[in-house]
Amino acid sequence: MPVDKQSPILRATGLNKSYGDRAALIDASFELWPGEVLAIVGESGSGKTTLLNALAARDQPDSGSVEFHLKDGALTDIFKMTEAQRRLLARTDWGFVHQNSADGLRMEVSAGANVGERLMALGERHYGKIRATACDWLARVEIDPARIDDLPRHFSGGMRQRLQIARNLVTQPRLVFMDEPTSGLDVSVQAKLLDLLRQLTQHLGLASVIVTHDLAVARLLAHRMIVMRRGRIVETGLTDQVLDDPQHSYTQLLVSSVLQP
Amino acid sequence: MTTPVLRLTNVSKQFTLHHQGLTLPVLQNVNFEVAAGECVVLDGTSGMGKSTLLKLIYSNYRVSAGSIQYSQAGLVPLELTTASPRELIDVRRHHIGYVSQFLRVIPRISTLDLVAEPLLAELGNYEHAVKQAHDIASGWLTRLRIPERLWGLAPATFSGGEQQRVNIARSMIKPRSLLLLDEPTASLDALNTQTVVTLIQEAIAAGAAAVGIFHDQSVGNQLATRRIDMTNFRSITCAAQ
Repeated sequence: MPVDKQSPILRATGLNKSYGDRAALIDASFELWPGEVLAIVGESGSGKTTLLNALAARDQPDSGSVEFHLKDGALTDIFKMTEAQRRLLARTDWGFVHQNSADGLRMEVSAGANVGERLMALGERHYGKIRATACDWLARVEIDPARIDDLPRHFSGGMRQRLQIARNLVTQPRLVFMDEPTSGLDVSVQAKLLDLLRQLTQHLGLASVIVTHDLAVARLLAHRMIVMRRGRIVETGLTDQVLDDPQHSYTQLLVSSVLQP
Repeated sequence: MTTPVLRLTNVSKQFTLHHQGLTLPVLQNVNFEVAAGECVVLDGTSGMGKSTLLKLIYSNYRVSAGSIQYSQAGLVPLELTTASPRELIDVRRHHIGYVSQFLRVIPRISTLDLVAEPLLAELGNYEHAVKQAHDIASGWLTRLRIPERLWGLAPATFSGGEQQRVNIARSMIKPRSLLLLDEPTASLDALNTQTVVTLIQEAIAAGAAAVGIFHDQSVGNQLATRRIDMTNFRSITCAAQ
């Protein structure tokens, strides 16, 4: 493993964000280590997505810092980088899987181009190589490579979500953010996607932050969990600790409200 | 005298149920040690907190007070009650195993892969490592009498007993220095029960320490090197009722 195991890959410290006079994120701090999958759970409006967007530099917090462990070995505040540096990071070392696949894909270009685009952004110019890599990744996410020239708009919801994953993972990122990656999919399609995500995170040693409201998804995929309520982190721990022995009254309510996660 | 593998000091556990406005005291003043090669059997009737105690040691439940220390030759002792998530993930992956009767089925993963998985976390996902892990997993499935025609299937559709044996293979395939046994033989037939007893004996002979709960008296008798009476840990408020 090339990753330095002695340092967190991501560290958030004292993040705050308000929209008008509504505080969406209050004093959020945590560390993520290489290979760890962290689930952020909580009801709608609890600040999950605000936190994710702050971590992924998609929305600047009012205060606090987000540090990322760069390949050269230094923990660097992402909001002190130049815009160009952040863009490069988002295209190479990071992935972002959106809840709505149309936000993460380019719907007017082929599946192969969607996967190849990030490679080209990294300077790969050999058409045959790009196409071969795209084929390989389509197969890995269980999309028939014969459909490489089809547009994503002709794909089913589950296929689009898998295409989005292939597009993100092709550059071998070290950290992938996912916003409700399985919601809105059929249960059977969900199972396939979850299995795929589980295998890929495990085999590639990816670190990942997954926002979900589905505790069963968190149980299956995540090592650790953060529970949010009204913009605050109210409980953290190993996934099974939080689900099996919840301490905070809100977590107890959350866990007791679902069918056996 | 060598350092014990496990040392519990003044451990207590109560569950606070915020929405019911209740506090349930379960365990108090738990003090004991377990050394390598020992199998400590917890005795007590249902509801005495035996499973809770195992879950506290596994850090699945969090203590209300006290210390649980895991030690191993060559490693700095780890205080499990204050360990970071990262340390707990590591100690579970390599050193402490939890063997229960319940399999958590993962959709679409074959039985052979499911059993081999704890080894692959170690060996990496290279072709020769996968082959090696599958060979070892085949050995476990054979010993536990899971017919070979089932190995390629996900165990979701298996019978209760088959799932239970798959879970034992998955939980025990990786040698660990501390085994927490939560009725692993419950409702198995006599032949399979004996196989599981033998597997546990082999692990202990190889130097593992074990803490176990066995409702089947004869299983407990075969495995116990020492017994602990759970009434010692009854919470005072509980006993007064």
